Amino acid sequence: MRKTLAAAVAACFVAAAPAAHAQEKLKIGVMATLSGALTSGGEDGVRGVQIAAKELGNKLAGREFELIITATDASPDSALRAARKLVEQDKVQLIIGPLSGSEGIAMRDYSKTVPNLVMVNGSSGALETTFVNPSPNFFRFNSDGAMWMAGLGEYVLKDKGFKKISVIAEDYSFPYTQVFGFAIGYCRAGGEIVQRQWVPLGTKDFGSVIANIPDDVDAVFLGLGGGDAVNFLNQYSQTGGKAKFIGGSIMVDQTVLSSKGAAKRLLVGTPSSGGVADAWDDPRWKAWVKTYQEAFPADKRFASPSLFATNYYNAVMALSIAMDKVKGDLSDGGAKLRAELAKVELNAPNGKIRLDDNRQAIATTFITEVAELPNGDLTNKFVRAVPDVTQTLGLSLEAFKAIGLPSRTNPECKK
Amino acid sequence: MSDFVARRPIWSLIILLALAVLAWLVFSIWTPGMEAMFGRKRVFLSALFNGITLGALYFLVASGFTLIFGLMRNVNLAHGSLYLFGGYVGYSVGEWTGSWLMALLVAFLVVALAGILMQVLLFRWMEGQDLRQTLVTIGLSIIFADLLLWSYGGDTFQVTAPDWLSGPVTLPLAVALRSNGEAVMMTYPLVRIAILIGAIVVGVLMWLALNRTRVGMLVRAGVDDRDMLSATGVRVQLVFVMVFAFGAGLAGLAGVVGGTFQSLQPGEDTRILLSSLVVVIVGGMGSIPGAAVGALIVGLAEQFGSVYMPTYAVMLTFLIMVAVLAIRPEGLAARR
Repeated sequence: MRKTLAAAVAACFVAAAPAAHAQEKLKIGVMATLSGALTSGGEDGVRGVQIAAKELGNKLAGREFELIITATDASPDSALRAARKLVEQDKVQLIIGPLSGSEGIAMRDYSKTVPNLVMVNGSSGALETTFVNPSPNFFRFNSDGAMWMAGLGEYVLKDKGFKKISVIAEDYSFPYTQVFGFAIGYCRAGGEIVQRQWVPLGTKDFGSVIANIPDDVDAVFLGLGGGDAVNFLNQYSQTGGKAKFIGGSIMVDQTVLSSKGAAKRLLVGTPSSGGVADAWDDPRWKAWVKTYQEAFPADKRFASPSLFATNYYNAVMALSIAMDKVKGDLSDGGAKLRAELAKVELNAPNGKIRLDDNRQAIATTFITEVAELPNGDLTNKFVRAVPDVTQTLGLSLEAFKAIGLPSRTNPECKK
Repeated sequence: MSDFVARRPIWSLIILLALAVLAWLVFSIWTPGMEAMFGRKRVFLSALFNGITLGALYFLVASGFTLIFGLMRNVNLAHGSLYLFGGYVGYSVGEWTGSWLMALLVAFLVVALAGILMQVLLFRWMEGQDLRQTLVTIGLSIIFADLLLWSYGGDTFQVTAPDWLSGPVTLPLAVALRSNGEAVMMTYPLVRIAILIGAIVVGVLMWLALNRTRVGMLVRAGVDDRDMLSATGVRVQLVFVMVFAFGAGLAGLAGVVGGTFQSLQPGEDTRILLSSLVVVIVGGMGSIPGAAVGALIVGLAEQFGSVYMPTYAVMLTFLIMVAVLAIRPEGLAARR
């Protein structure tokens, strides 16, 4: 017993020695949803970070860095635990993350309590994160859920002729924001939302939800993601339903389009919008797709980078630009870095991105349609791009505030 | 049955009336007034059927759980892990062989083997020490959960249903009338009906095995008085191992079933354990008919709750449990 104890103590010293040496390395915390319904998205987000790290030669402004990846499960308290662990235990000053909407709101509040921290959002997209009491050290280089819906409402009403729809979405901030953004455009253009069903994140059984879809709607808006989206489609195909769909940004993302099983074929022809379009023929986008495909073997990645991989990649790249400007100097508690980050203009694979006064991205939204490739893969066909979408969706700040914040019922959409 | 009617005429009447109302709700065409009150008939029927199939799944898990408890007084809190383990095994076998039935069979056998190992290597050595056994099962469930997370990751998996079970069937139940007077028929996923029938078959077979065979007689005797059974010269350890293997195997089988019509991911183990705990508490610890009744009630409560009061659906299940514990703490179907 005593011998093993001594050996264990010795082992601790051996393990501690290189750790002390590695102090000079810059530590970057990465938060991603590696369990729960959004796991597949979290894994692709980590891939995005890894590709960026490889491209940068594992160096930010000449300083070598290491990634500390922590798992969350899309709940705000898991994000809080992960962030506390990164800050208090691993002593990181830079965090890339989180991934999911309500995690983002929790991180906005947490980052205010750690003034030296610099947090670059991974892929979370709730409106409130950067709109209500924004945090000075939280930066978001991706659009929020409402911005990703810019132009989709008008498109499905005028081009697709969906005059009356119902909504099925998960019951948390990101889908609220998505439905909010969609409804603003759709209802203003004259569409009608007759029913909204909110299901808990991680719902297993959609039987009753499916039965509850009204018979007389032209389409169903699906604001689900990851495992929930796949579950829903499987069970919908089991009931033999034939409704048309409108996809939320992560409903028709590669996380779902690359999933196993045949049920995803129900999505072919589904219009959607979001921060990426898989089959966009812009040279920078194509180069990014190629980089992604070459970085991982085909069975360890999706057919093309998902929204999550792209957003996480952009976050690291933005951080790298700002770190270069301050020559890697964080000795002032990151004040200079934050000032530079706010000024970054990113020439990202999915279009130009700059930040507004709330450190929220102004970026491009892509309207897409799911199509089948000759090899059987599903892809998002590019329909049109809506450039320079702002958080107020082109409305004045007062007019946008008058609509209120996203919720289960807001905005109303009745005739 | 007639005994029950004679002893409790009022209760029998209430149950009969409730069944009649239910039958009328299921078979009649709903008037607009009823639709205003209960929502559309399709939603009601779908919640009813979903509740029953969900109950079938819970029954598969909980029957093994309650059998093990009844015989060995061992609250196996690793039962949920056996469920998840079976589901993953079934998924792998299904991907590899492409056969769903093979997945069911292999999952049953592999998890039954795991159950045998648990009984022989662990629980045998701490017989009669309830607290210790329970703590060991909690420890096991944590270890299992981490091992499964390690090997399968946090992603969601779904066991593919065979082609002959996929797609909908039309049931001979009208849910509405079109304007031209033609009836709209209820459609329902075939795979869920198959699961329901499967669970009923398993339940009936278990009942027959327990009540009509020699082994069943030994098990029943063991539930009633273990010491006396072993005193009569029965190798009671062998019976224990068999029951444990069978109960674990059923959990594994249920894992594949649950992975087919729902899905598998970390966390499912505790969710299903919680459900089966509620099921056996409502139904009565150690009773197979109790597990059936409890599973049906919990399944229906979850589904109707999610349709008619989505915000409080989770609470409903536990309210039922609290009510049962308050009024009839030994469970609905337990013997007094």
